[in-house]
Amino acid sequence: MSAPAVAAPAARPGIGRTIARNQWVVGLYLLLAALLAFTFLIKPGYGPADIESLAISVLPIVFAAAAQAVIVIAGGIDLSIGSLMALTNVVAAALMAQSGEVGAVGVVLLVLILGTLLGAVNGILVVVSRVPDIVVTLAMSFVWAGAALLVLGSPGGSAAAWFMALADGTFLIEWLPRAFVTMVVVLAVIWIPLRRSRLGLSLYAVGSDRVAALRSGVPIGRTKIAAYAIGGLLAGIGGLSLSMSTGIGLPVPGPYTLGGVAAIVLGGVSLAGGRGGLMGPVAAAFILALIRLDLVFLGVTSDYSQVIQGVVLVLVVMIGGLVELRRRRA
Amino acid sequence: MTEHLLEATGVVKRYGGVTALRGASLAVRPGEVHALLGANGAGKSTLIKILTGTVRPDSGSFRVGGTERTIRSAAEARAVGLASIYQDPSVIPDLDVRDNLRLTRTPLDAFRGWMAELGIPDLPLDVLSRDLPLPTLRIVDLARALAAEPQVLILDETTAALPADLTERVLEVVGRQRDHGRAVIFISHRLIEISTLCDRATVLRDGQTVGVVPIEPGAEDRIVALMLGPQAERPETERATGPVAAGIVGAALLGAEAGPGGADAGPAPTAAAAPGELRLAARGIGAGSRLHDVSLELRAGEVLGVVALEGQGQEELFETLAGARRPTAGTIEVDGRPVRFHHPADAIRAGVVLVPADRLQALLPQRSVRENVALPFSAPFRRWGLRRGAEEPRKVSAAIERLQVDTRAQAEVRRLSGGNQQKVTIARWVALGVRTLLCFDPTRGIDIRTKRQIYALLRELADQGAAVLLYTSELEEIRLACDRVVVIFGGRVVDVMDAALADEPTLLRAAYALPPDAPLPVLDEAAS
Amino acid sequence: MSAAPAGTTEQLPASARVRRLFREQPVVPLLGLLAILVAILLTVQPGILNRPLGWANGIVYFAVPLAILAACQTLTMLTGGIDLSVATIASMTAYVMATQAPSQGDPAAILIALALAAGVGLINGIGIGIFRVQPLIMTLATGLVALGGANVYQKLVLTAGSRVPEPVAVLGSGTTFGVIPNTLFLFIPLALAIMILLKRTGYGRMLYAVGDNPVAARLAGVRIPQVLILLYVLSGLLAGIGGIVLAGAAKTATLNAADAYLLPSVAAAVIGGTSIFGGRGGYAGTIVGALILRVLLGLLGAMNTPEPIRQIVYGAIILGVAAAYARVTDDG
Repeated sequence: MSAPAVAAPAARPGIGRTIARNQWVVGLYLLLAALLAFTFLIKPGYGPADIESLAISVLPIVFAAAAQAVIVIAGGIDLSIGSLMALTNVVAAALMAQSGEVGAVGVVLLVLILGTLLGAVNGILVVVSRVPDIVVTLAMSFVWAGAALLVLGSPGGSAAAWFMALADGTFLIEWLPRAFVTMVVVLAVIWIPLRRSRLGLSLYAVGSDRVAALRSGVPIGRTKIAAYAIGGLLAGIGGLSLSMSTGIGLPVPGPYTLGGVAAIVLGGVSLAGGRGGLMGPVAAAFILALIRLDLVFLGVTSDYSQVIQGVVLVLVVMIGGLVELRRRRA
Repeated sequence: MTEHLLEATGVVKRYGGVTALRGASLAVRPGEVHALLGANGAGKSTLIKILTGTVRPDSGSFRVGGTERTIRSAAEARAVGLASIYQDPSVIPDLDVRDNLRLTRTPLDAFRGWMAELGIPDLPLDVLSRDLPLPTLRIVDLARALAAEPQVLILDETTAALPADLTERVLEVVGRQRDHGRAVIFISHRLIEISTLCDRATVLRDGQTVGVVPIEPGAEDRIVALMLGPQAERPETERATGPVAAGIVGAALLGAEAGPGGADAGPAPTAAAAPGELRLAARGIGAGSRLHDVSLELRAGEVLGVVALEGQGQEELFETLAGARRPTAGTIEVDGRPVRFHHPADAIRAGVVLVPADRLQALLPQRSVRENVALPFSAPFRRWGLRRGAEEPRKVSAAIERLQVDTRAQAEVRRLSGGNQQKVTIARWVALGVRTLLCFDPTRGIDIRTKRQIYALLRELADQGAAVLLYTSELEEIRLACDRVVVIFGGRVVDVMDAALADEPTLLRAAYALPPDAPLPVLDEAAS
Repeated sequence: MSAAPAGTTEQLPASARVRRLFREQPVVPLLGLLAILVAILLTVQPGILNRPLGWANGIVYFAVPLAILAACQTLTMLTGGIDLSVATIASMTAYVMATQAPSQGDPAAILIALALAAGVGLINGIGIGIFRVQPLIMTLATGLVALGGANVYQKLVLTAGSRVPEPVAVLGSGTTFGVIPNTLFLFIPLALAIMILLKRTGYGRMLYAVGDNPVAARLAGVRIPQVLILLYVLSGLLAGIGGIVLAGAAKTATLNAADAYLLPSVAAAVIGGTSIFGGRGGYAGTIVGALILRVLLGLLGAMNTPEPIRQIVYGAIILGVAAAYARVTDDG
């Protein structure tokens, strides 16, 4: 080798490099473990039932974050996730009210398809209109929310028993909530094949460097639409998870759009696109929920806990900013 | 008649109201290296983008291997056997090398083979591309393209920022494509590379093909004449080695009223400083991992050249001197007093400014020429109030006029050609009346005519009392533009010489830190 | 060669010239759209013509706070940012003013409230300017913090009672000579000040520069953290003023009074032609954008459209205008 500038970085063993590359995520899981330990410390009676309710309550935000993560990795952002979840939630609830137990299987499939299609509509609008993602999806958040109100004018509908059971109770051992298992299985089934596929690579490519992606032969428009469609699918699952945990349909968007954004940012997904995965956002969703929980256990009123949660988010992101700043200077 | 491997005819492309190509044509034979030449804005890049499917033409026909084709995407271009290497590597920064190869369906073994041929045999494939140095990425990009076994390989300024030794390897590998009956389209501003490597050249001007020239001794003159068009016929061989000659070039190119002796209304640096007075000094500057210990003295009235191979710390040096980076060692002195720059604003207040190679680092693409030039006037906190008075508009107008910025696309500076953009960057500091200019490769990727204008301007500014530090990656320009040359290697100054004595072989030896009579290094042994 | 530049603009095809007009003067087509909406409204509800001033005043009373909050988005979007804390700041300011007024007197209460608004803006500015947190995240988080803080405060002052100061109520909902809405006496100077800030001051130039290319701005000597800190303080102050006007119009102050204005404030700036990527836009367009949104809501109300349909149409219009706008201005 000739010029020093061309020298390859010192060969590090593959696993070491993987950890180094995912420092942030590893740190998040350590933090999550510490928070869990802390929870047990301040609330000695904290048991399987509490873990179960934690998992159920986190379920929608995890899917919202996953949906947002896929889109943000591909260089977009979807401010209509919350509305999409509300819409799929009420569609599921309204249909299940009439479908019966067996028909509910069809309802679930239908809602998944619906979510994917609605997400694809977002994506097509972004690509065709050439309007910034944030504006398109902001506008579409009104549209989907309005549509949700058309489907159900007020909270109502129902959910099949077997369907609610997916998030209810525990799996094999009492410390393993079924909601958690459902979450892991669903995310793994979608994410692992995606991450390994060429479509997955294309998502990262488009988010990382549009021009280079274009020159590498990645169809930018189609990839973006695919990202939004997958996001829509995950948002649809999020809507279903709302049905699962509440048993009804709520035609009003919950705090899942911005909550999801907070979780992915904390989870190490760069809003600039191209970086991050699903492991981080999932951990982040749990961390945010645990912080709120611990504050309640500590006797802090929910108002303060809102303040503290905001402060935590700011601090984490600031620290992340500082780390990035230092790395660039070094 | 030779069957053409690639034939494009009547290619037209309009962007809004601007016509980039108005009937360009290009025909490439098997087994040839074909140069595509033209001044900036002549339409080279647009034609290349069309050939590689990233831009759709408004009209035009394309035949590849004798068959009529439409090329609608980069993937389709690759499928018909056209591969392209651009100025910036088309590698996804957030994917590792292996995933980048998967993305383009590149066979791994072929890729490894070409990497070995290009001098990097053992690159780990699981490194994120963003962690690789730029020259390595360029090689990865090239090896990937070669591995696809394209019928026609298009190299767009690929060698522009490669260290000399890698350039040679690249050129060698490219030359070998010929033997397999394949073709290479080669775009470069370095006529030397073209004359040693290419068989024929197609010259574009104003979006049209104005000539196809076989490369033979003496072809350069014809090429340059074609590129410049009828009005300018300055032979390539002319060199301005001293202030007088440069003054003449300056007067000729900038118009008599802006010449060094002319009654110039522009607020250029006045000749207040006595000639030769010490303006900016670096004392043992170190920064980052590449710049270790550089000392140099820059005097009023001189253009001091900096020569270095890629990545020897020159970027860090310029950034540090301009306040864009903090030094980890050493001190900077301005007018004999030690200074500390915490921000480019500090350096600007001390009259020291940076002209970066990349215009994207200097310009506000959506703003007008005037706004771009006026930007530094409003930067200081105390100038944030109402903009009043006629002084600023007058200075801005004078600078724009003096640099002959083409103001056709006044509304948005991003619509200017590269050369005009660079003029805007310099005009900004001329308007502000800055006394010390740090120009980092200011002519990278700029056509010959603008290049000469810029050198003449730098010379003229120096003659009027400015101090200019000039790094350029094109060694043949040193004698044209500079008074003295500082050579940097491994983050340290290894030589200082008179620019008049700095011919290319001498500079190249010095840049490798070799004694003057030693042979140039055999490429593999220069590894440290 | 200096002869070449002259006269080329004349050769541009008509479509390109129209595009250029739209890009540089977005207000003209926007006023056209506004006129069309008003015309539709008049055909749907001809009764308006019997009392046009009353109708216009109704539009103004609610368009003004929206336009003020949209000013926050316009300014921050010019630098490539956004301020999602404006709704919380607006509500908080109004609420603090109303609860402090009984004990502190009106002027002091207004000052305290505005200082608080500027304080939240300062925190935004520090986070975004110095720590380089993405504006979306930073303002989202400070919005949460401020809302939580305001809730805590609400419980502390529960007994003290609250009232919107009389001058604020007069300003927000009164008229002069029975026809001119008083808010205009505040809004017109404020709007002029913002437009002058953008077009005629060095600071305005900084905002466009930072949004267009921060790297270049820094190299040209712009201290970006200073620019951003001042920007978000201004944005906080404007949000506070918007909240006070809103309280004046509604004659009461609650902690979610301005929530419904958050997304419309972004929409108004976008419709007005300010690019969310920074570097392009202005306040005149935003004002028209705010008027369009208000008239649109009035129109939907007049047509007795059910709420869900209203939301859908609202979203579709935002998208439609933005898309038309992208078509017109984007030519690669």
